[in-house]
Amino acid sequence: MSGFASSSIARKVVMALSGLFLVLFLLLHVTINFTSVVSPDTFNTMSHFMGYNGIVQFIMQPILIAGVIVHFVMGFVLEVRNSKARAVKYVQYKGSANAPWVSRNMIISGLVILAFLGLHFYDFWVHEIAYKYVEANPQDPTRYYAETVEKFEPFWRTAIYVVSFVLLALHLWHGFASSFQSMGLNNKYSPGIRNFTRLYAIVVPLLFIFIALYHHFNPITH
Amino acid sequence: MKLLLKIWRQKDAKSPGKMVEYPIDGVEGDMSFLEMLDVLNMQLVEKGEDPVVFDHDCREGICGSCSLMINGEPHGPDRLITTCQLHMRKFSDGDTIVIEPFRATAFPVIKDLMVDRSSFDRIQQAGGYISVNTSGNTVDANAIPIEKEAADDAFNAAACIGCGACVAACKNASAMLFTSAKVSQFALLPQGRVEATERVLNMVRQMDLEGFGNCTNTGACEIECPKGISLENIARMNREYLMAATKG
Repeated sequence: MSGFASSSIARKVVMALSGLFLVLFLLLHVTINFTSVVSPDTFNTMSHFMGYNGIVQFIMQPILIAGVIVHFVMGFVLEVRNSKARAVKYVQYKGSANAPWVSRNMIISGLVILAFLGLHFYDFWVHEIAYKYVEANPQDPTRYYAETVEKFEPFWRTAIYVVSFVLLALHLWHGFASSFQSMGLNNKYSPGIRNFTRLYAIVVPLLFIFIALYHHFNPITH
Repeated sequence: MKLLLKIWRQKDAKSPGKMVEYPIDGVEGDMSFLEMLDVLNMQLVEKGEDPVVFDHDCREGICGSCSLMINGEPHGPDRLITTCQLHMRKFSDGDTIVIEPFRATAFPVIKDLMVDRSSFDRIQQAGGYISVNTSGNTVDANAIPIEKEAADDAFNAAACIGCGACVAACKNASAMLFTSAKVSQFALLPQGRVEATERVLNMVRQMDLEGFGNCTNTGACEIECPKGISLENIARMNREYLMAATKG
């Protein structure tokens, strides 16, 4: 096992596993968010459960945050090593001749998603922590829908969310399928897996975009 | 045809290099790329200038010596060929051609367009072999039946000539296609299974020590490989490595 943890393959597997974990989380996230479009009451019930359930709050949420941190930190570690692997750059390098843009620029799409996560945490997570633990407000199972819709009122925030989801789609387009290759899975099922991952990469971000636009164009009238 | 060559000139590994322009006339479409460079070098020698240093040997796509980055692509714009098999008919009169060495920290420039690829040799020495008693009583390899599919895959992996185009093409200068081909050609055969665990661990360790980058599955290596080595080999090496790591 000596040197295993620091080997290039082990690092790629860590990227793949943390990425797959985040892919699963996205599915849960978009499912709950979509209820805000079809049934505000269901959205409130689910959000309240997620916000106050002990297992979700104190076990699943720290695991999720750890997953995000591991994925980003390992991504940067690999990027630094990769940059050192070609200290003198080419005068002319035709990357587009042999690899698509998305696969060559995962660090760019990743950084945009990281910046977006900063805003997203500020919008929802920081707000929740302040509401529950700083201001010590009483439980209100009906507040979530209105709070969410209100967030999408400003055009600038909706636009940032939409652009970030487009970058998320590009990141997933390469990353989701790539994670299977990193873990050693490349066989007769791979074309099918690739089709599924690309469908996921389009549908899930598109649903997030739809939800953001829906709430932007359907504000709550007081 | 008349061309403008922009060629990387570098005195030695420690000196900084730079692009130098060389106009060249009378290039024929039937010339190979290396023959075109021979013509340029003859002209430079006649003028009393230093000829451009570049690697070459067999000039028939087998040895893996030639190693030029041509207009931003290893072995030039064509597919499944080495630089020596690239013909000047692929270019047009008046073209500018940018020629650089294969760039990677693990491939230091020796001079001009020639790089030191002995890091590949050290990866191979770390495990790219089978230990067989060759003192006169060697068992015939064909005595062990091998299913056709495995034999074909092993042969396809063994077609790697170690030219380094995979490293040159990869945005991360990763050597995983080369290493995986060398791991695969043995991993698929019963003769290679005996030392499979140590082989993959040692070869990957050496690959990392040499300073190559990490594979990010862009697939550029597979596209640029003159021998069509498949990305399946990288997945196989990853599997082999993970299984080997759990064993020991």
